[in-house]
Amino acid sequence: MAIDIPRIPLGDWIEGGLDFLTSEYSMVTRGISRFTQTGINALNDGLMWMPAWALMALIGLLCWRLSGIRLAIGAVLGLVLIWNLGLWDPMIESLTLVVIATFVAVLIALPLGIFAALSDRFYSMIMPILDFMQTMPAFVYLIPAIPFFGIGSVSAIFATVIFSMPPAIRFTTLGIRQVPKDLVEAADAFGSTRGQKLIKVQLPLSLPTIMAGINQTIMLALSMVVIAAMIGADGLGNEVWKAIQRLRPGDGFEAGIAVVILAMILDRLTQALRNTKKAK
Amino acid sequence: MSDNTQQTKIQVRGLSKVFGNQPKKALELRDQGLKRPEILEKTGQTLGLSNITFDVKEGELLVIMGLSGSGKSTLIRCLNRLIEPTEGDIIIDGENIPKLSDKELLECRRRHFSMVFQHFALFPHRSVQLNAEYGLEIRGIDKAERAQKARAALKQVGLEGWEDAFPSQLSGGMQQRVGLARALANDSTVLLMDEAFSALDPLIRKDMQQELLELQHRMKKTTIFITHDLDEALNIGDRIILLKDGEVVQIGTPEEILTQPADEYVARFIEGVDMSRVLTARHAMRPVRATARIDDGPRTVLHKLSENGLDSIYVTSRERKLVGLIEADVANRAARDGKGSLEGLLSDDFPRVGPDEPLHNLFAMFNEKSFPIAVVDDEQRLLGVVVKGAVLAELAEAGEQ
Repeated sequence: MAIDIPRIPLGDWIEGGLDFLTSEYSMVTRGISRFTQTGINALNDGLMWMPAWALMALIGLLCWRLSGIRLAIGAVLGLVLIWNLGLWDPMIESLTLVVIATFVAVLIALPLGIFAALSDRFYSMIMPILDFMQTMPAFVYLIPAIPFFGIGSVSAIFATVIFSMPPAIRFTTLGIRQVPKDLVEAADAFGSTRGQKLIKVQLPLSLPTIMAGINQTIMLALSMVVIAAMIGADGLGNEVWKAIQRLRPGDGFEAGIAVVILAMILDRLTQALRNTKKAK
Repeated sequence: MSDNTQQTKIQVRGLSKVFGNQPKKALELRDQGLKRPEILEKTGQTLGLSNITFDVKEGELLVIMGLSGSGKSTLIRCLNRLIEPTEGDIIIDGENIPKLSDKELLECRRRHFSMVFQHFALFPHRSVQLNAEYGLEIRGIDKAERAQKARAALKQVGLEGWEDAFPSQLSGGMQQRVGLARALANDSTVLLMDEAFSALDPLIRKDMQQELLELQHRMKKTTIFITHDLDEALNIGDRIILLKDGEVVQIGTPEEILTQPADEYVARFIEGVDMSRVLTARHAMRPVRATARIDDGPRTVLHKLSENGLDSIYVTSRERKLVGLIEADVANRAARDGKGSLEGLLSDDFPRVGPDEPLHNLFAMFNEKSFPIAVVDDEQRLLGVVVKGAVLAELAEAGEQ
């Protein structure tokens, strides 16, 4: 015997809330949108203005200094391949989105992570939110992004920031909490203020862990930037998207390989950065 | 040594610490005369320290000694409020530490207390020099001055030339020297040392104790030293406070503690003082398995050696007086050469002690050939021998009792 339980209108509530936010705060979101778009354009133009060989040389040099000659050679060869496939411009667009999204995500994540490490209450509050953010299918973030920021790159960045931020927060918290207790005690015993303890002891000692978190954030950002092509973000994702729509597997794989190359360069670079910090 | 004319630096009065969320209840029960285990059972609260009262005199080296769980680490951390005391007063230069505001506490820690930790707690990302500078740096002392003070402190602990090394490159003993330098550079009025030498190996530990004594003698810095090792306490302390289950059992100079133990607990403790000083050769000696006699021939000696599986054997006169020692290869050569007596073959190069020789003196006597030590009475009669293993076995047995 079925009892007629009314369906809970969860979706309606969420839509209502979002509508409210969109109508009331559209001024704010449009402002953010314009501001972010300017940033994207500036970075994009800058990177595009630079001749491809110059950027390749720059990245090669960076890899060589931070890691070694092997990574440098690999990175340059990969970039040459991307350029040869005619995917240079989309690659630059993707790189721009990743850089800006990571920058914003880390900017938000660091203070939140530090605060969660120092306050147990905030920690128990934010952890379930992070679980939510990470397990919610990434596509879902794309939908509300559109009414807020319109179709295009800004929405992509909004969704990417939300999706890629959790590891940076988690690793920052973990890093600070992992600092040996007796070192924190030593800092206290000499009369350090809370800020001194943080800056001189806790943060330097958790830096390798924080860097690992940022590395994760970059990787997630790259994967999201590709998905964000569905709401009109430019870049390699867009190439993949076009290939799907036209059923051209060859084009799709070419763009996919370009994503893999970009991911590997970013991953190895940030790992090398982390290891040099550790070695000190 | 302490004397009564010294000024009091810190007064600790009625200090108690309860671990748990109902400290009042625990203290009430304590006042009714209940002890730590009963209070734990009834309230779930741990009475870490109960009604501790003592003075620290200006310039003395005060040792707080107790076994693990006695509350000594809690006590030292209550002094600079790394652990908040539940009740009681700690007065240093007129300031009552438990009553200080956060800001005053910070100031008090900077001015009065430097701490040295059991596991060194050096900052791994800072060089030796920067570790030593830490206390000065957070007080905002300018760069040149703190560099100079830190260098002077490092020099005092014998680490000149190691300024640019990192802690991970140093041995344990050197790391703790850095810890000590970090505390000294700060030029605080009181030095707190929490089991500072317990993590070091015994030889380094003795050296460090000696150096601390010299340093303390030179600088007259008020020092509170925590240890679980009575030997260490007796060695370095001007005065010793014995803690048990969070209560003071006895306060006194090392002599007072040794000669007038306040109760059975202290007495038992002292019995445990390095048994090698109490036990003598008599305790560890074994009867001699075989001896050769002076009128035995080399072949007889060889026979006795192989019979007993020995490399060397002691030789006695007819009155059982010890006359010498003969080694297997010497006897072997003599037998091959057809010699008939032991004359000229005996060696005198072996350790020989009286039965009342303390065991700890015997350790040094075992040389590389490791002859057993001969124990002889006043008339040079051979009473027995001590082999290396027996000394250790005897000590181990004494330790268990």
